[in-house]
Amino acid sequence: MELFWLAVSTILIGVFGCVAWFWGSNLILDRIYPPRGPNAGDNIRKASQIRPWLFLGPAILFLGVYLVYPIFDSLWRSLHNAGGTEFVGPSNYAWLMGDGKFRESMRNNLVWLLVVPALSTLFGLIAAQLTDRLKWGNIGKSLIFMPMAISFVGAGVIWKFIYEYREPGENQIGLLNALVQTLGGDPQLWLTLIPWNNFFLMIVLVWIQTGFAMVILSAALRGIPEETIEAAILDGASPWQVFFRIKVPQIMGTIAVVWTTITIVVLKVFDIVFVMTNGQWGTQVLANLMYDWMFRGTPDYGRGSAIAIILMLLVTPIMIWNIVNARREVR
Amino acid sequence: MEGMAGQKSGLVWTVNIAAFLLVLLWTIPTLGLLVSSFRDRDQILSSGWWQSFSAQEATGFVRTGTGDDAVQQDGQYVIEGNVLAEGQSLIAWGTGAREPAAFQPGDTAEIGDGWQVAVAEDGRYRMTSDAPFEMRRGERIFVTTGAPARLTTENYSRVLNAEGLGRAFMNTLTVTIPATVIPILIAAFAAYALAWMEFPGRALLTAAVVGLLVVPLQVALIPLLRLHNELGIGKGYLGIWLAHTGFGLPLAIYLLRNYMVGLPREVIESARVDGATEFQIFRKIILPLSFPALASFAIFQFLWVWNDLLVATVFLGNTKEQLVMTGVLRELMGSKGGEWEILATSAFISIAVPLLVFFAMQKYLVRGLLAGSVKGG
Repeated sequence: MELFWLAVSTILIGVFGCVAWFWGSNLILDRIYPPRGPNAGDNIRKASQIRPWLFLGPAILFLGVYLVYPIFDSLWRSLHNAGGTEFVGPSNYAWLMGDGKFRESMRNNLVWLLVVPALSTLFGLIAAQLTDRLKWGNIGKSLIFMPMAISFVGAGVIWKFIYEYREPGENQIGLLNALVQTLGGDPQLWLTLIPWNNFFLMIVLVWIQTGFAMVILSAALRGIPEETIEAAILDGASPWQVFFRIKVPQIMGTIAVVWTTITIVVLKVFDIVFVMTNGQWGTQVLANLMYDWMFRGTPDYGRGSAIAIILMLLVTPIMIWNIVNARREVR
Repeated sequence: MEGMAGQKSGLVWTVNIAAFLLVLLWTIPTLGLLVSSFRDRDQILSSGWWQSFSAQEATGFVRTGTGDDAVQQDGQYVIEGNVLAEGQSLIAWGTGAREPAAFQPGDTAEIGDGWQVAVAEDGRYRMTSDAPFEMRRGERIFVTTGAPARLTTENYSRVLNAEGLGRAFMNTLTVTIPATVIPILIAAFAAYALAWMEFPGRALLTAAVVGLLVVPLQVALIPLLRLHNELGIGKGYLGIWLAHTGFGLPLAIYLLRNYMVGLPREVIESARVDGATEFQIFRKIILPLSFPALASFAIFQFLWVWNDLLVATVFLGNTKEQLVMTGVLRELMGSKGGEWEILATSAFISIAVPLLVFFAMQKYLVRGLLAGSVKGG
């Protein structure tokens, strides 16, 4: 109950605080530069130079403290020792390059980066095309989209029920092993099966991200001008040709957006690995490795920050690409 | 595939079936969890969830009565009883451990010493002998029994009351609601400034917001944890609210700005001409018109905060009183790998709320996705 009131009062304080700031600061501005009287024109001009910053103030403060400052602080820490007391130059990075776990993480992240966006986009495209003209298409879409609402941890539990292993010949309680055993194969410990276990973790993320790809691509497919499709059909194109030669090329831009968006998710993938294998059996990834250096045993903030900076470097090309695209749209 | 030349019904069927299979494939994992959450531990450990709708087979043996229980009928000695417990049905039976299912219900079997035993379908057995029974322990009758499918809500009451998930549920709610409401307000004002006010640096700030969309959270963890400690916020609700507000802002500003830019210019211009202040324009025109975008972001942020594990682990702490539901699930998966029924039920409770929100507000979620597909989780 105490918790309840704490939450309620926070919302109230937060909301009233924000409103008071925006309302109060605007009021004060209008008092200082009243938009009437002898200097009205001059005052309005001065006020309208200040006002945007009143509106933006809290946002800039938050973005600055919670996203911009940490980038520089991480950079600084990555050049210092475990406790941040001594400058060590690039030795944390040098150490990373030689570390087996780091190499394993980089390799795995790279495979994740190739497999997950590709499969999610592919399945999303297939799902979008298949469900688009069906009567029950919207229900189907909802169901494929549903995993998006499920936490990575929840997904981990769900897939545990699929990958579970029992001795050969026993009644399998994991769906995958039950299938394998019915088909005459030997049940496997999927999550410790190096190197394939990585793929079994990736499937979980593909399962979650396909719905996202489907929603975006389905909208793009609907946006294709009907004439191009009709013209192709009149020219005798088969459904396959219509799809691959007419539709897909026209939505390439959207496919690229979907692909890069999922790429960002993949680069930061943490929860799935954290709860399902915790990076054991050759499944370590960067985000989980960083967590290890931050919290397991003696924390080493230098090394942890170095890994974070590497993650930051990996997303930078996409960041630039996004900014360039966004600016082009604005023009 | 309407509108295609020479509508082939074969193709239509193929599309229907393929789509159905895809949907099935995507739904089954969640369905498995839902079904499992209604099964008791023995059921979960002994059979797959897809078997819970068919009868559960079990084998065992039952001992008959001893000589003391025998009665005399028509010159024979007879022992009667029942091999089944309540709710079970008899599938097969036998008299030896080697062939525990040698006989069908209704069969009669000979056991040495001129004894006969018959087991009927309803489980009643009748063992007869011409001579008096002389045995201290009853004969063993091996039975293969079937119990009807049984689903129970027991797990739910146990998990919510005894396992501390109720507390975690409250914690999650306490984290989520302020962390959803506060960024909306801050972002709405900022988005309005970026969309409709002229000032130097506007383009740069907009670009910065797009750039910040993809900054990995990991970069922020160590610096912010230290910052919070130095400021005396430490680990707690205040810290996690602030963190989620900061992390959610780029998407919020981006979504809202894109939406507000598209609002009709005339409405805003004419309000300005009429002498409305910017604050009034924002409150009376922009906010109501932007409702769809506000709803989109609210859903995004709600789902993201509710489902988050990393930020909660780092900024809230891991004592039993502080754990959010994802944290509880993680502990369950780690330490109590064997308590499947608790795990399944807890997991389903934790995903039920986002699923409800998802199905109720899907329209806004899709709209937000389409508007903000640059953001990545």
